[in-house]
Parts: sequence; structure tokens; C-alpha cells
Amino acid sequence: MSGEAVTAQRFRPGQTVHVIERPALGHCRTPWYLRGKTGVVAAVQGAYRDPERLAYHKPGLPSQVLYKVRFLQSELWPDYPGPTSDHLEADIYEGWLESAS
Amino acid sequence: MTHDDHDHDHDHDHDHPHGGDGHTHPPQKDHDAGPMSAYEVLEEAIRSLLVDKGVLTADEVAAQIDLMDSRTPALGATVVAKAWTDAAFKAKLMADTRGALLDMGIDIGTLAEFRTIENTPDVHNVVVCTLCSCYPKLLLGIPPAWYKSLAYRSRVVVDPRAVLAEFGVAVSEGVEVRVHDSTADLRYLVLPMRPPGTEGWSPDKLASLVTRDAMIGTAIPDPGLRAAAE
Repeated sequence: MSGEAVTAQRFRPGQTVHVIERPALGHCRTPWYLRGKTGVVAAVQGAYRDPERLAYHKPGLPSQVLYKVRFLQSELWPDYPGPTSDHLEADIYEGWLESAS
Repeated sequence: MTHDDHDHDHDHDHDHPHGGDGHTHPPQKDHDAGPMSAYEVLEEAIRSLLVDKGVLTADEVAAQIDLMDSRTPALGATVVAKAWTDAAFKAKLMADTRGALLDMGIDIGTLAEFRTIENTPDVHNVVVCTLCSCYPKLLLGIPPAWYKSLAYRSRVVVDPRAVLAEFGVAVSEGVEVRVHDSTADLRYLVLPMRPPGTEGWSPDKLASLVTRDAMIGTAIPDPGLRAAAE
């Protein structure tokens, strides 16, 4: 993907981020249950063409920086039955994240 | 034996009575039995059109099927066994999974990136794709049916410990369970912990412990099971 347009990397590992709560029509890789939730950037996974546009035969540019975001299970599910140290990680594209700090 | 009472159609190079209780077939229907499903008709129509229009050749379709058939949990198990016995390889696998696999002659193609996630005494990893069935196919082959089931995809994120317990994996309270929802461009391979008591084992023998589920995170390699099978 070298030479292709890429969104600016706005977040870095360790930063607290918020998954934007908004509806999406059509193909979308941001699971509903993570929208509106707060997590911590665990890793920057590189940049990938935007699946929400690729799905409709668009180039998907600029590519979106993809972040591995780590969520506390107790943040996702108030009734989570396991220990508070359990986590869930998911890869979220730049456009779905905003700074929570 | 007679074929008069058969309602299915498969190769009969085996000789046994049918209709009794001594022989059970898998619930899958034979490939050419009965009318085609709508999806089978659709697949055949699209494939025929692509070949007729020269977009693909039949040889390319066959080669792709052969490629997928060559990718199996047994192949993944050789990767895990190598990581257990070769520290330099393991370091590369963790840092650059694509490159490490290529060093073993395994090309994962360009459709997705791979990451290796390591189980440790402190963290047990388990992989799911809640949106569909994303899976490291170019290493492990086709995912198991349960991996694509709504029950697994929904329950393993909400209550992973209960789901793991149903798979026979008990994770103690002091060990973090980390669920990986692989819905984007990355596919995850779980590197299980090498079981105690396997010191000095050859890579081949170690690989025989590594099941498909162990590389998803829903099983733990168990030398006891291997001993029981022998």
C-alpha cells in the first residue's frame, strides 16, 4: 500500500479512546456491541483500505489506520460474570475512534 | 449387497449392511444427492460465467481448491511445534507472522494479515469473529462449523469462561481471559503453551499434540490425551 493516501495516525498505544456510537448503513466492520464503549489502544496494526467503501467497489482510499483496542469486559457488559482482569480486544478503524481523554 | 434400498449415492467400495444400526452417515448429504440448493446453483452459475467469459480458467479454480485443501490444522501444528523448539523462529513468528510462515514455505496471500498471540501463564487467548467467520484460513484451512455458529460468535464475547468450560478448558480466576474479535484485516493464530512433560520431544511428536481448537484457543494441548490414544 506504499504511496497510497493514508489517514493520519491520531492515536498511540496506551491512549484511551472511545468508539463512536453511530449507525452504519451497509457493510461495516465495527461491531455494534463496541459502539459507545471506551478502551485503550493496545497496538497500531497498520493501515488498510476502508472496508465500508471497498464493499461497494470503491477504492477505499484514503486507507484507514487500524488500531487494536483493548476493552475491559466489565466495561462492555455490566453483568460480566468473570474476573475484572478479563479483556476483549478488537481492531477498530481510525474513523470510528475519538479521544476519550 | 443390493443397492435397491439406497436413498443416497456414494462410492460403495465398502461392504456392510445399510439401514441397520451398524453404520451411521455424517449428517452432511452427499455432494450429488438430491436437488441443488439455491447457493449451489448460484455458485455454479457464477463460476461457469467467470470461466465462459475468460475471467478465470477452470485450472485456476481447481488450483485454488487444491491450495485451500493443502492448508490444514496439521500445517498449523507444525508451525506451533517449531515455535516451541526454535526460539529464533518463535521471536520472528511473534514479530512478523507473515515472514515466519514464508520462511516455512507457507504463503498466506494478500487478503489478510496474520498475528500470532501467545498464551502465557497469565493470559489465555481465544479468537472469534462476531461479524462472520474471519479465520486464518491460509494456514488452518476451513474453519469448523461451530466457529461460524451464532451461538459461539455471540456467547464467547459475553461469557468466554462459560464457553471455554463447555470446550473442556478451565481457566483459573487468576489468569486473564482475552477474547480477540477479528472483524477487520487481521487474522489471529493462538500459540498455545508447550505442555509440561514434553521435554526432549521431537517437533513431529509435539505437533501431534496441537489440535485445531488449540490454535483458536478453545483447547489446551494435552499429552495425556495423546497417551490415551496410543
